[in-house]
Amino acid sequence: MNITQQIVNAIWLGGVYSLFALGYALVFSVLGVLNLAHSAVFMWGAFIGLVAVTQLNISVWAAIPVAMLVAGGIGIVLDVVAFAPLRRRNAPRISQLISSIGAAILLVNIAQLIFGTQPQRFPLGSIPSDPLEGLPIRITPIQIVILVVAVVLMAMLQYLVVRTRAGQAMRAVAFNQRVASLLGINSGNVFRITFFLAGALAGAAGVLFGLAYNTITPFMGDSVALKGLTVIVLGGLGNIQGAVVGGFVVAALEVFSIAIGGSNYREAFVFTLLFLILLFRPQGLVGQAAETRA
Amino acid sequence: MDLLRSIGITEIVFQLMLVNAILGLSIYLTLYTGMFSLANAGFMAIGAYVGVVLTQNYDLPLWAALIGGMAAAGIVAVPIGLPVLRLRDIYLAIATIGFGEVVRILILNFDALASSISGENVQLTRGALGITGIPKITETWQLLLFLVVTVYILVRLHHSRFGRAMAAVRQDEQVAATMGINVVYVKNAIFILSAVLAASAGVLKAHLTRTISPGDYGFDQVVNILAFAVLGGTSTWLGPIIGGFMLTAMPEILREFKQYRGIVNGVILLLVIVYLPGGIVNVNAWKRLWRRVRRQPSIETS
Amino acid sequence: MLELHKVSRLFGGLQALDQVDMRISERRIVGLIGPNGAGKTTLINNISGLDHPTSGTIRLEGNEIHNLPPHRISGLGIARTYQNIRLFGEMTVLENLLISQHGRGRASVLDSLVFTPHFRAEERRLRDTAMQLLERFHLAGMAHQLAGNLPYGDQRRLEMARALATGPKLLLLDEPTAGMNPIETEQLGQQILRLRDEQLTVLVIEHDMSLIHQVCDEVYVLNFGQIIAHGTPEAIKHNPLVIEAYLGREEENELAVGERKG
Repeated sequence: MNITQQIVNAIWLGGVYSLFALGYALVFSVLGVLNLAHSAVFMWGAFIGLVAVTQLNISVWAAIPVAMLVAGGIGIVLDVVAFAPLRRRNAPRISQLISSIGAAILLVNIAQLIFGTQPQRFPLGSIPSDPLEGLPIRITPIQIVILVVAVVLMAMLQYLVVRTRAGQAMRAVAFNQRVASLLGINSGNVFRITFFLAGALAGAAGVLFGLAYNTITPFMGDSVALKGLTVIVLGGLGNIQGAVVGGFVVAALEVFSIAIGGSNYREAFVFTLLFLILLFRPQGLVGQAAETRA
Repeated sequence: MDLLRSIGITEIVFQLMLVNAILGLSIYLTLYTGMFSLANAGFMAIGAYVGVVLTQNYDLPLWAALIGGMAAAGIVAVPIGLPVLRLRDIYLAIATIGFGEVVRILILNFDALASSISGENVQLTRGALGITGIPKITETWQLLLFLVVTVYILVRLHHSRFGRAMAAVRQDEQVAATMGINVVYVKNAIFILSAVLAASAGVLKAHLTRTISPGDYGFDQVVNILAFAVLGGTSTWLGPIIGGFMLTAMPEILREFKQYRGIVNGVILLLVIVYLPGGIVNVNAWKRLWRRVRRQPSIETS
Repeated sequence: MLELHKVSRLFGGLQALDQVDMRISERRIVGLIGPNGAGKTTLINNISGLDHPTSGTIRLEGNEIHNLPPHRISGLGIARTYQNIRLFGEMTVLENLLISQHGRGRASVLDSLVFTPHFRAEERRLRDTAMQLLERFHLAGMAHQLAGNLPYGDQRRLEMARALATGPKLLLLDEPTAGMNPIETEQLGQQILRLRDEQLTVLVIEHDMSLIHQVCDEVYVLNFGQIIAHGTPEAIKHNPLVIEAYLGREEENELAVGERKG
């Protein structure tokens, strides 16, 4: 096996995973809840990107921001429908997890009604797919695009969270919602912004994933959903930097387990890892001890 | 019976309603004790595969397969429960989802794995296609009997010392412990019981539907089981039974809606958790809802 | 009967308990006082097994108990109440008392399944014990109400009845009169005195000095995790160290509260 090639594969795949998991982590860090509908938003992002390219005849470059905007909007709707009512009632966070599952089922089934269950593709040549020439390893332009877009979006998110007022408000609410509201921060707005950002990130990840594998189905979120869980658990639930690191670790694990044992076991490796991390380091690989145990 | 059939409840639908009621009870046990475990589909798979191998490869009768499948799940539940049940709510949920996926993937690759270890050509779980042509030997009276016995055991459990301890552990683990309750024991015992019950449903269902494959026991299946309990409510054992009945029968009765089945499931899950948090078998929840409807806009008191 | 030897508890860098030595003899009512955040509740948590000392030993009747889980300690005869009432609010008053007799029952689930005479006799016995305790704490009329719906003072008394239902030798009371008026406090004091007549030993955390004077044989004073004084209530009242701890450093105490609870 060609180690360099595997590393390259792990890096671009890691970019997609990280991008996807960032939204999970963002919502968890600000609201303390797990949004299992995140993968459904991801799938919708892919379809919106596809529709934008095929129906509106715009380029993939323009389709990414369109998908992000719409997916962000779906994120806000998600908050309004599935999370806000429970938050108002101070329901346990498990209830919010269940309502997010309900929302996920709904989103996947609506997509099935509209788009059908047959796999769909971006039109040929949306992005050149022939490998770059003159290199010792196989890299396609799509892979480079994916990595670049992922890194740019992660950097933008980092800037937004650390440097802007909205980011400050998000961090304040994440730290302590009551104190934040005493400081005059409208936590309802912060939650909506958080869901918008998470949705937008999922949307972008969806388009990139759709481009990379060139199959878009209503069920494409399923495998990513569980992998995304592994990623954020690895990084420490709600740890945003941790999610980025976790994305690359999970991608590397997957790529190398395919190289070693064949593709059948790659998920077994990933979920065994998930399991072990929760048992031995529930605060994640990079996190600090949190209240997770009895 | 004719009346039932005329509205779409055929024998097989009725049988599946009973199976799903058992599945609902299996997740009810853990939820009632305050554990948000999503391992049920994994244990159901273990039960189904062990049971089918026993009837198919060893020609054992159904009752022996039932015992075998339940025992296998119970044995697996011990080493899983001990470490995992130290985790709480979301962490427990994720860990048990992970467990379910590992079970599914192991079954998927069992033949390849066993072949490469033993050096022979093992054909037991038959990969992604699964096992087909299982005889349909589960009968309605058996399911009814099993459900009735299970409910009786649950009712007596609730009226015992142990049953009170379950409720105490759900409400406040620490206080329960200082009142003399061995919390670790209670949690693990219930986890095992829940696994055994899920496995029984797995065995019984496999001998109804006649085919099993790893895809039948993925995350979707857990969500279905969870929906039974959420819809019915977990304040009494009746809730998950009603939930299981309704979610199985409804798509058959409302056939025009069959293609919207998934949407209906999602909407139900959302509406119930938001507006009827105790499920439909919960008097308090109905009262609360009624008050909200009657004097809107209402002021929430908690 | 209870002996603490150099018990220390570190939370990260914070010394919540610092070499605490304590000796509680049988049939005594011992007070534990100290400013907020002094480590009183931490001490009770360590005795009842919810928390474990970083170092030091705790012995009950000569046996080390500081590494035992809470249910074992309960079985050995230590019961407690909670400062912030922690009843099983979704259950009835009676059920609260049945649950806390868990360790006193022997009937198995199997007994319950087939209604053995043993099971029925035991259930009756647990019920009788529970009703007696409810009578004693003037709660019998509310036996079938949800514990969470009781008025505050009743909840406090139910906490104590529930602890007693475990059948303890040593009762740990964590601010049993918090939020009560003087009349209720006085009445609760009578209840505590009655416990001693019934061979129980009591350790009571209190802020209300009148209760301390009413019931305690001796008092320990805890400040910043250390025992700074020990003696009769009368002697403690005039101890300069105690007066300083309570009066002289009010502002620092307030700070300490914030730190320890955060």
